[in-house]
Amino acid sequence: MIRYIIRRLLISIPILLIGSFACYVLVATAGNPLAEMRFRPGVTEADIKAAEVSLGLDKPVFIRYWNWLTDFLSGDWGQSIALGQAKTAVFPAVTDALWTTGRLVIGAELLALTLGVSVGVLAAVRQYSIFDYLATSTAFLMFSMPIFCVAVIVKNYGIQFNNVLESMGLDRWLTTAGPRPGGFTGSFGEVIFKYTGTFLLPTVALMLISFAAYSRFERASMLEILHSDFVRTARAKGISQSRVIFKHAFRNALIPVSTLFSLNFGAVLSGAIITETVFGWAGMGTLLVNSVRQFDPPMLMGWLAVTATLIVLFNLIADVVYGILDPRIRLG
Amino acid sequence: MANINLASEGGVVNSAPQSDSHEFDATKTRTQGQLVMRRFLRHRLAMVSLGVFVFLVLFAFLGPFIWTFDYEDVSSKSYQPMSGTHPLGTTQVGKDMLALLMRGTGYSLQIALIVAALATAIGVTFGALAGYLRGFVDTALMRLVDLLLIIPQIAVAAIVVKGFSGSWYVVALVLAAFAWMSIARITRGETLSLAQREFVEAARACGASTPRIIFKHLVPNMIGSITVNATLAIAAAVLTEAALSFLGLGVQPPDTSLGVIVLENYGQFMNRPWLFWGPFIVLVSLSLAVNFIGDGLRDAFDPRQTKVRA
Repeated sequence: MIRYIIRRLLISIPILLIGSFACYVLVATAGNPLAEMRFRPGVTEADIKAAEVSLGLDKPVFIRYWNWLTDFLSGDWGQSIALGQAKTAVFPAVTDALWTTGRLVIGAELLALTLGVSVGVLAAVRQYSIFDYLATSTAFLMFSMPIFCVAVIVKNYGIQFNNVLESMGLDRWLTTAGPRPGGFTGSFGEVIFKYTGTFLLPTVALMLISFAAYSRFERASMLEILHSDFVRTARAKGISQSRVIFKHAFRNALIPVSTLFSLNFGAVLSGAIITETVFGWAGMGTLLVNSVRQFDPPMLMGWLAVTATLIVLFNLIADVVYGILDPRIRLG
Repeated sequence: MANINLASEGGVVNSAPQSDSHEFDATKTRTQGQLVMRRFLRHRLAMVSLGVFVFLVLFAFLGPFIWTFDYEDVSSKSYQPMSGTHPLGTTQVGKDMLALLMRGTGYSLQIALIVAALATAIGVTFGALAGYLRGFVDTALMRLVDLLLIIPQIAVAAIVVKGFSGSWYVVALVLAAFAWMSIARITRGETLSLAQREFVEAARACGASTPRIIFKHLVPNMIGSITVNATLAIAAAVLTEAALSFLGLGVQPPDTSLGVIVLENYGQFMNRPWLFWGPFIVLVSLSLAVNFIGDGLRDAFDPRQTKVRA
């Protein structure tokens, strides 16, 4: 197992290198970060030349990539060069954003997984019941739903809910504009109140979409297992229904879903990007959108490198988990 | 007689006895294609969805010729409520919402169809090549898939649109470049097993070239999963394009797509809800319809299918 993990990590190094180079070339050719400088008053051609030299833009792209790579690996991720960013360092900006997004995504994904798996199992066990039809059609509907519309709808009903609370003389509970800076203070009850209020809406928006995928997937794999030979054997032995479902079928039906859970990371990330934009969270999504709008190559490269590495790690986790859960698959 | 040359051409799919066989058969024989078609036509949900889809296509491409307002026309008053002249009201700058929706649906459809067509073409070619040739080609192509899977599509699309242009075909090309991988994986998997079958060996023994084997013998036998996945790719492309445009990183104003329309009007959710629900309903019915058609096709192509009589 450890040998397998090491080998996989070694294989992913060239992929990450080629990927980062491709991204670097793309970012380098997509635009000139100094283009805006020309429109500023009092900037001469010599100033632009000096800025180009100080940023290393006069060198060929291979050398620039090499410099970026060596700096990146030694922990120097560079500084933002966008106008008005006051040379923000890339490393803390990206890690802060990742932390913000992570807090949101992990909770939403765990909830979606728990709910999706339970609903999927129930729908499979009671196939063609009313519950099954309801669950299947809800999942299908959510699956075809644009996530930004879900976020907008959830947000606006959240605001209306707040208005109702206020009209009843209570505090506004749900936050629709990102977490408060400085964390949550006050008594235990207040912290819980603020915490849930901040997280509830974006979590629900993110969860609904993932939930659809998990419940559909879990229903399909559970149905397949329930019709397999070893489940029929278990039933024939006279084992109780609940024991067949939980001991024999459920554990096996979890295998494909656990893989989907780890492989889903890219999709969840883009979902988070949109949800964050609607709810005004300063996470990875906002960072990406701002860096693209202001065209900030160092920030973009930091962003891309971190997400690509995370996706590689999650793919590896998916394979390892698959091997652990399913002893028929030998890694090595 | 007619059944003898079954294995030589087309193998499994082309099992239709020639036309003169009718006089020998007590029951009418149907080709595989006819069976699939009949099953699909009897799939009620899929047929309703096909109707919705056709309606949306007509709405998008014929609608502008009939409707009185142009999507660029800003002569109307700002934020008019729903009325006879403006069934869905007007936007802030005084554009007619219905006209905007027609244009936006057209663009979203155009992009989605091109993305699906390109993704399917690339995915099937690469997947079949990798599965049929194996060895080095397989490794190289699958590593390319791995490579593309680790780069977030949304980021690359945003950078390209920002750096080059937000024209609809640029958006379509970028989305297609990141949409073919799943189709390639599925095609590769099916090719790996199909390539072991006798009819492929027979074709190779007859001296058929690799392209001929792939496109004449392998692809027709995978047409079911290819069609289904192409349909699902359309639905996915509709949603991705809308999401990108919603972030302001896709189709750029003054041009419009469903995502741009939602972006420009979702602030009016409370006061003028029709400005949000209009594009929302079009977007959801488009992606739902395409998904249902894909589901219907999947059922129709599935030989174990018993729910719908053929």
